Amino acid sequence: MHEDNDHRVDGNAAAGILREVFASDVTTARVVCGHCTAGTSVAETKTYLAGPGSILRCPGCDAILARITKIRDTVWLDLSGSASWQIHTG
Amino acid sequence: MSVISRGFGGRGDNDDARIPPGQHETYDFPVLSAGPTPAVSREEWGLDVTDLDGAVTRWGWPDLMRAPSEEFTVDIHCVTTWSKLDTSWRGVRVRDVLGDLATEAEYALVRCYGGYTTNLPIGDLVDRDAWIAYEYEGDDLESAHGGPARLLVPHLYLWKSAKWINGIELHLDDEPGFWETLGYHEYGDPWLEQRYVGD
Repeated sequence: MHEDNDHRVDGNAAAGILREVFASDVTTARVVCGHCTAGTSVAETKTYLAGPGSILRCPGCDAILARITKIRDTVWLDLSGSASWQIHTG
Repeated sequence: MSVISRGFGGRGDNDDARIPPGQHETYDFPVLSAGPTPAVSREEWGLDVTDLDGAVTRWGWPDLMRAPSEEFTVDIHCVTTWSKLDTSWRGVRVRDVLGDLATEAEYALVRCYGGYTTNLPIGDLVDRDAWIAYEYEGDDLESAHGGPARLLVPHLYLWKSAKWINGIELHLDDEPGFWETLGYHEYGDPWLEQRYVGD
């Protein structure tokens, strides 16, 4: 249903902005989609960086898992599309 | 004496005055997207106009084609700091789509295939230049740029000119859209550099 030329990259490309929020590399974290309940690593999400913010989408159903913007020195974060995040800190 | 080439644009010396503060001119047409490009045919396309009382008027592609259209050339300005001058389009004025429905509403929430939303005052859709655009530079509007039809409101930052438009909801109160809920300005006037909330 969607075209291939949609300029997505993988979730590793969002590591920089995510590190600012979580103070650690969370690309290995596991995120569960709030729409289809599929789990995936952040690195495997479909990530769109070209717009005014960064959008991470579920690789299974395309639902938005996270929306992130950097407004001057403030990061805005919306994780409402995800059911949970498992972030390994050890 | 230094000579600065302006390339093959053939434009005059007043171009700088057409670039809002903090912007630079681009000759490409960058594609910025928050998700996959929806593949919507003209046959499938529809635009639901939702009145204050919840009544829905649906515009199909033949309805759009029967409405009076016009060709127009405008400058467009993206909040990511690029501006593109003299872009040519064909479309139907939003005021002709809304008709008498917009008389009491104060705001519109625009909806799109793919789930994107953005909010604008009704006055900017009916009293200013605003179109449902479906041709760009003489060709059918490509899906990457919002085809089959997109909103085009050139006096505001381009995130307000929603691609793949499929709905206009009329409201009495302002309801922030996709980027407006994440720190971007509720109005977005490029000449006032209204990029972020509080600007």
